[in-house]
Amino acid sequence: MRSSNPHIIVIGAGFTGCATAHDLALRGFRVTVLERGDIANGTSGRTHGLLHSGARYCVTDQDAAIECIEENILLRKIAAQCIEYNGGLFVALDEEDEAYGTRFEQGAQKCGIPIERLTGNQARKKEPNLTPKTRLAYSVPDGVFDPLRLAMAFAATAKKNGAEFLTYHEVTGFDFDGKGNIREVSAINRHTNEKIKFTADMVINATGAWAGLVARLAGVTVDVIPTPGVMVCYDQRLVQRVINRLCEPDDGDILIPQRRMVVIGTTSFEVEDVDYIPVTPAQVELMHQKAAELVPAVAATHQRGAYMSARPLIGSTTLGRSLSRTFKCYHHQETDGIGGLVTITGGKATTCRVMAEKTVDLVCNLMGVSRSCETREVVLDSYRDYYTHS
Amino acid sequence: MNQPLWKITVNVLRQKGPTDKPHFQSFPLEIHPDEYVLDAIEKIWAFQDRSLTFRHACHHATCGACGMRVNGKEKLTCITSLHTVVKNNGVLKIEPLRNFPVLSDLVVDMGHLYRQTEEADFQQVVPLEAAQLPYEITPNRTPNEPYERLVDCIECGLCVSACPAAFTSTDYRGPAALAAIQQGIAFAPNEVLFDLADHENGVWRCHSAFECTEVCPSNVDPGWRIMNLRRRVIHHRISRVFKKSQKVSRP
Repeated sequence: MRSSNPHIIVIGAGFTGCATAHDLALRGFRVTVLERGDIANGTSGRTHGLLHSGARYCVTDQDAAIECIEENILLRKIAAQCIEYNGGLFVALDEEDEAYGTRFEQGAQKCGIPIERLTGNQARKKEPNLTPKTRLAYSVPDGVFDPLRLAMAFAATAKKNGAEFLTYHEVTGFDFDGKGNIREVSAINRHTNEKIKFTADMVINATGAWAGLVARLAGVTVDVIPTPGVMVCYDQRLVQRVINRLCEPDDGDILIPQRRMVVIGTTSFEVEDVDYIPVTPAQVELMHQKAAELVPAVAATHQRGAYMSARPLIGSTTLGRSLSRTFKCYHHQETDGIGGLVTITGGKATTCRVMAEKTVDLVCNLMGVSRSCETREVVLDSYRDYYTHS
Repeated sequence: MNQPLWKITVNVLRQKGPTDKPHFQSFPLEIHPDEYVLDAIEKIWAFQDRSLTFRHACHHATCGACGMRVNGKEKLTCITSLHTVVKNNGVLKIEPLRNFPVLSDLVVDMGHLYRQTEEADFQQVVPLEAAQLPYEITPNRTPNEPYERLVDCIECGLCVSACPAAFTSTDYRGPAALAAIQQGIAFAPNEVLFDLADHENGVWRCHSAFECTEVCPSNVDPGWRIMNLRRRVIHHRISRVFKKSQKVSRP
């Protein structure tokens, strides 16, 4: 890569950061990723791993649903190496759920999500552990991915194309030129406790739930509300498909098979300190009860663990431009008069590729580079190449 | 569940940079006994020492990043409840995995293991039947559709850390990679995999200590798989001899 190419520093190696580095590297930028821990050690690693079909949102947020089904199909093509693709079911247990079914059918059709209506018996033939109370179900193209390996696959491919990943490098501050543009990023190498400075033509803050904290280092405000949810993991693969309750998004409405396990999610509440969020027993108990309503065998299955993951929800008072209903990009020159800094946050794992695409489109636009996105077509390298590409 | 917090001491083996001498550092901690060892480490990092380095990602035993030695035993720390390894007012000893180069503190370089599983062309997603252990009783509800799933091995390295043979040679393929080769051969036998296995640094370096199976958090049973792989390697050698002699005897 020619050294005259613009140098972009990406802060954060979660899904957004890794997918952004991949897109930037394909478009010929020099890329350095600074991550305070290891790949996907924040929200990304802790996701339940649902590859959304979009059906979850086809009634309440159709823009998000369309984005999900498009990315679902693309990720199955470029990242099949770490996706269990067995589909999913939306299951109705009472009259209220059944009534929701009509709106669900219309919504799915409008968003282009292929669904199939099944009777309770047909659904239980596919998934024998489903409750006998199942009245009807819809099959949907949900999937399940391995969180760490999906992020590593993006990172591995980015590395092959020249991106540099400096994990255990925590950003501590920014230096400006006389005109309010960021020129240098200070970081501390946690392997050695050495302090290092990096020059950059542009900095992308891709730190998700931590985006507000990193932005504050540059003296700007990003309104991100860390919104954790609890997940409980069980020792047996009680279902082969993702099992969703056919209702509006609610606590404990989903069971996700993964390897030999099943994960139940989730809740939603707000916190201020996002670095350490304890799991509360009451939330675990709620997950347990809700899951047992859908799959009674959960009640007799050993719990393997419980954990929290903090979504980066975007506050309503934000000035940043909405690249989509689900994620937001802040060009801090426009919003705060700080040049050379872009923040991307919000979104979901399923939509990380398109978040990266839109962000890099913006960066290209700002830097006067005209190269179109190729990440729809490029099949990702083996996630293990993250360690083999030097 | 409303038990009071426990007071424990966590002794962590620290090392900064390759020339730094490893040394233990003690951290007093108040924590709920139902939380996990990884939570304790994360809590130390969050509230006491931001320079502490450790690997973690999924927090539910699917990624394999958080393997460490807890009181001298290899554990996946995200699913190891504190009350199973320490008492109230007790001491917890945390060290990085053995048989891997230490990058700093509890972070080891997993490159060797990942390269070995890649060389074995170990697929993470396989048909459901191929993901089960062969000796497992098949569930009475046999799937009527072709399902797939992520395999059990999460490449956490606990087996490599616990393996006495891995301690003797850095060239040894190690239990995780040999288990991967066994799964590859069981699914679709091929010469490349047999050559990797039938080697002094392959199945023949294993001492049958079964420490790998003992510490595996994920039902892989590498010890059984290595023994099974030895039988397959022998059968393969014999069948190769017969194939050769058939060729020779033909006019």
